[in-house]
Amino acid sequence: MCGIAGILNLTGEPVDPCLPRRMIERLRHRGPDGVGYYADAGVGLGHARLSILDLAGGHQPMSNEDQSLWITFNGEIFNYVELREELVRRGHQFATRSDTEVILHAYEEYGEACVRHFNGQWAFAIWDTRARTLFLSRDRLGVRPLFYRASREQFAFASEIKSILALPGVPREIDPIALDQIFTFWVSLLPPGHSMTVDGGVVTVKRYWEPRFATTTNGAHSEDYYADALRDLLRDATRLRLRSDVPVGAYLSGGLDSTVITALIRQCSDVELRTFSITFDDPEFDESAFQREATRFLQTDHQEVRCSYADIGRVFPDMIWHTEKPVLRTAPAPLFLLSKLVRDHQYKVVLTGEGSDEILGGYDIFKEAKIRRFWSAQPDSRLRPTLLKRLYPYLPNLQNQSSAYLQAFFHVGSQDTADPFFSHVPRWELTARSKTFFSDAVRAETEGYDGYAELRTMLPADYHRWDPFCQAQHLETGHLLPGYILSSQGDRMAMAHSVEGRFPFLDYRVVEFAAGLAPSLKMKVLDEKHLLKRCAKDLIPPSVRARSKQPYRAPDGKSFFHSARPGYVDELLAPERVRKDGLFHPQAVAKLAQKFREGKAIGIKDNMALTGILSTQLLVDQYITHFGERDSHD
Amino acid sequence: MTNYELELRQFIVENFLFGKEDAPLANGDSLLELGIIDSTGVLELVSFLEQKYGFTIQDEELVPENLDSIDRLVQFVRRKAEIAA
Repeated sequence: MCGIAGILNLTGEPVDPCLPRRMIERLRHRGPDGVGYYADAGVGLGHARLSILDLAGGHQPMSNEDQSLWITFNGEIFNYVELREELVRRGHQFATRSDTEVILHAYEEYGEACVRHFNGQWAFAIWDTRARTLFLSRDRLGVRPLFYRASREQFAFASEIKSILALPGVPREIDPIALDQIFTFWVSLLPPGHSMTVDGGVVTVKRYWEPRFATTTNGAHSEDYYADALRDLLRDATRLRLRSDVPVGAYLSGGLDSTVITALIRQCSDVELRTFSITFDDPEFDESAFQREATRFLQTDHQEVRCSYADIGRVFPDMIWHTEKPVLRTAPAPLFLLSKLVRDHQYKVVLTGEGSDEILGGYDIFKEAKIRRFWSAQPDSRLRPTLLKRLYPYLPNLQNQSSAYLQAFFHVGSQDTADPFFSHVPRWELTARSKTFFSDAVRAETEGYDGYAELRTMLPADYHRWDPFCQAQHLETGHLLPGYILSSQGDRMAMAHSVEGRFPFLDYRVVEFAAGLAPSLKMKVLDEKHLLKRCAKDLIPPSVRARSKQPYRAPDGKSFFHSARPGYVDELLAPERVRKDGLFHPQAVAKLAQKFREGKAIGIKDNMALTGILSTQLLVDQYITHFGERDSHD
Repeated sequence: MTNYELELRQFIVENFLFGKEDAPLANGDSLLELGIIDSTGVLELVSFLEQKYGFTIQDEELVPENLDSIDRLVQFVRRKAEIAA
């Protein structure tokens, strides 16, 4: 896993050799094992390397035999062994054992369609010296990041925004519309499953893959048949992801997904397996009992990091430096500590259970939408609302609500069940409440913006014909997975400590298989991840298989307002500071902070608002006010 | 403006709107429809009413008919106070 960056001067002017170096310096946490550069007329490519495959031969930027193509690549092509054999049969000659060289030869052989042959997680750029074109691509699900900025004179790309912001002339300003979407700067992100070409100053972006959550199985076979097929696919996805020239570990949360992956690693490899977990001081969030049970059952060498309120508050600023955008939850912070634990044990690669909840139907929001739809058919029912209380046993505030209030909170009867966003509207509206803290200036700039309308234009053409369960899966997999789970909680937290995450559930074969399954195989009545549980039989401890899902969460407000409050909290929330930064309403923020100081803020809404405001204020502090002062190697 | 109305308005504006009224909150405005109150908000409101006015609110009284606007809250508090007296 690595960091990549590059510049293409569209005027043909030579690239100042200092610039790719400056960009790569900002990415050294992604690739501490070495750096490399390539320069051609008007082009500069850079690479920071984390050596995982072909430790001796995989230096980058790398060229083909006649040096007509140059690549800088971040990621892994897991099926590179099979692709290499095929390319050798077609007459290609290889100088290294690396997957990087396989990309180059695949590009020679298949052109831009080469990406359809890859099973992996990637972001890369290939400079074609003859055609003088730059081809860039990002993996199907958006595991690896690829940011870019195109102006009339220059096209620049990088693994992280901070690298592009290191270039002269790039404005370090918060984009109000982006803030409305919980993004930040005037830098674009190549969407998952897309490639782009820069040719003579013209930038063309094309989609090459999209998951279609349209049922294709129609129950033609038994549940066991599908469970066996899923297990075989997952096992192969795991086997491919164990390809590495350095040891591979696993994250183990104590839930179904990571325990299944750990069990499959045990089946694929005889090597001693090391697993890593987060535990919490606060029992509301702690899953250590299940983690220990899984490690005993699977006999792994287990390491854990214990996380307190103070720990989260302490690392939150560093976490924001890496997320590069505001967050509404502190959940990435413990993952920041976890990747440090991995690195401290000299591991660079971990397999995790990420992606399972999206593709196999694990999230509460899927269940919630099903119950809301069921209740909406009989809004006066007295029994149907009780299902919602059963759904959220970990949210005590919901347990004491009357049916009338539950009906209002979950939009039962008031929202058209044919709404394309039916599943997500209550949650998005709750999130949007944080925007009431925007300053008058930001509200004026975002007034005409309609995020729903924009999202509607991005839906697949036949989306309205899909089963509602599949529609909800599309929203999670296509937007929230790459936009938060794989980025703020995924790539950015792992790479902060030079750790590569690999996700068997996001092997495109597994995703396509799951996307075609009937919804009833994913959620049978209200049994989430039904098929995965069936395929996990005999693989994992029965208690882990039977437990009800506990979503991964971390304490929010308490991490900033506990007995020893981090110094930056009062500083960044002070009215004069909020007024100076200009994004939020100073008095409203002061009253919110006071509510937390008095211990009266207990709800999700207040906690999200606080975390969102603090993270945005930290972004302003780190990326606008003091950008040049931060050590590049941090 | 009655005392009840003043006190309830102040609590709602301070606690849920953080002193920031985009448009003046009318006495008949629905707290639910305006998104002012969520599941935690109901409990905060109930806790405030019980502490401030010294009565107990039964589960069956936790309905929007009693709590969803300043007008309804005033009437509800008045009724409860009369019963207590």
